[in-house]
Amino acid sequence: MNAQQKWTAYYTILIREVLRFSRIWIQTILPPVITTALYFIIFGNLIGPAIGEMHGFTYMEFIVPGLIMMAVITNSYANVVSSFYGSKFQGNIAEMLVSPVPNWIILAGFVSGGIARGMAVGAAVTMVSLIFSKLYIEHLFVMFTIGLLTSTLFSLAGLINGVYAKSFDDISIVPTFVLTPLTYLGGVFYSITMLPEIWQKISLLNPVLYMVNGFRYGVLGIADIPIWISYLIILGFIALLASFSMYLLNRGIGIRT
Amino acid sequence: MTAALAITDLRKTYDNGFTALKGINLSVQQGDFYALLGANGAGKSTTIGIISSLVNKTSGSVRIFGYDLDTQRELAKSQIGLVPQEFNFNVFEPVGEILINQGGYYGIERAIAAERAEKLLKQLGLWEKRKEQARTLSGGMKRRLMIARALVHEPRLLILDEPTAGVDIEIRRSMWEFLTDLNESGITIILTTHYLEEAESLCRNIGIIDQGQLIENTSMKTLLSRLDTETYVFDLVEPIEQIEDKGACHFELRDPTTLEVSYHKEDFSLNQIFAFLNQKGLQVLSMRNKTNRLEQLFIDLVEGNKA
Repeated sequence: MNAQQKWTAYYTILIREVLRFSRIWIQTILPPVITTALYFIIFGNLIGPAIGEMHGFTYMEFIVPGLIMMAVITNSYANVVSSFYGSKFQGNIAEMLVSPVPNWIILAGFVSGGIARGMAVGAAVTMVSLIFSKLYIEHLFVMFTIGLLTSTLFSLAGLINGVYAKSFDDISIVPTFVLTPLTYLGGVFYSITMLPEIWQKISLLNPVLYMVNGFRYGVLGIADIPIWISYLIILGFIALLASFSMYLLNRGIGIRT
Repeated sequence: MTAALAITDLRKTYDNGFTALKGINLSVQQGDFYALLGANGAGKSTTIGIISSLVNKTSGSVRIFGYDLDTQRELAKSQIGLVPQEFNFNVFEPVGEILINQGGYYGIERAIAAERAEKLLKQLGLWEKRKEQARTLSGGMKRRLMIARALVHEPRLLILDEPTAGVDIEIRRSMWEFLTDLNESGITIILTTHYLEEAESLCRNIGIIDQGQLIENTSMKTLLSRLDTETYVFDLVEPIEQIEDKGACHFELRDPTTLEVSYHKEDFSLNQIFAFLNQKGLQVLSMRNKTNRLEQLFIDLVEGNKA
């Protein structure tokens, strides 16, 4: 395949993915928007005033970046894992496997689909947040790149889960028992400086913390962790997961007999 | 001329230790209509899976129009169109989109893929369904959709794994016509089927796989010529009570107007049998083969291989 043909193949997978989640927007876009709106109402509006300020911002303003990031993470992951496993389950992954499209384009196509949904939901949640809070954008480049890279990272993680999944249970286990706890404990609702020292150190092992803090730095200009460490951690995980994904696709694990 | 498909010493042992292929050597010439037959579990689908890159081989080589599947993977894969045994499209995608996307995976731009999709869907009687989700199609329509999908990138080698399974006779016949036209246009076709009548009607050459080995690879004509016995059923105009054998030609009266005739092809011809019946004053209204000839040979070969 020449470069033009490869671009066409990539574009085809991306379009297919975007159409897939757009067609079922009531299942893919709307629920995270409603859930996050509830977080804004309960934590921000009702409980927030009782908590007071955090790093000079209202509690509502403080949690907005974390909640946007949480929506980006869960939706990027969910899109790729459900689409990839769905393709395996229905057998239509074979449409790509029999074609000459290289594995790295299959990977790029699925991951781009995950990013598209992650960013779409992130944008929708951001819009909703404007109803409840003023949106600060201190560092637009940091906000955008941290969001994009985090979405990439969790799209890759979703693909790996999709490769190994053998049942619909398998695609919900990781989000329920790994992703959700890591996100909730990743500083979405609090600053780790509020934790006892031992828990602060344990929190540093949670990769989501670096993403939430990086994004919060982009939005509010404050972070518990230096921004360059956030970039380093995210890029490191992307490199690791992308390499592992390529290994799985090249070996045909979970997709070829 | 380079073979459309050249398989050398192809072996496959699955992770559970089951050896599905024990060294297959097979060559299919360009323009051929080739039947690959075998009982369930004989190794047909594994062979097709390896050719189409859905199954990893243990050893051996596969060349498609001279392109090695290991070292010239993209070129080799571009030559193949696959119609698998099971429906394997996204049932929630619209019919037209399935074809356009499939073209896209081969690097065909959407506008061109859309033109080809229109042509194929019209040819296969699915154009009216182009905007409907694939799950709404009937079984026969789904089979035709799989054929259309396999052709959208204009492959030189079309592999069909039981394409007419579960399809009614009318649609099956129309699919046969479509496949014959495709083959006449120059596309090499490899067909697996359990309908041996289908293989006999469509294919020029035949391979039979049994227990992971290719036990027969020859022309249909050569294979059928090995049948030394023919059995016909004659419907007689007037009823008769009895008829005696004529030498090695055996007559059996099923009912007063249905006569079964078995004879060795080397000893008799149909003309001689008709002459004999004429001499007896018997008039034949119609006649038919009692058994599918290929079916008999297939059973003999597979039984022979087991022994």
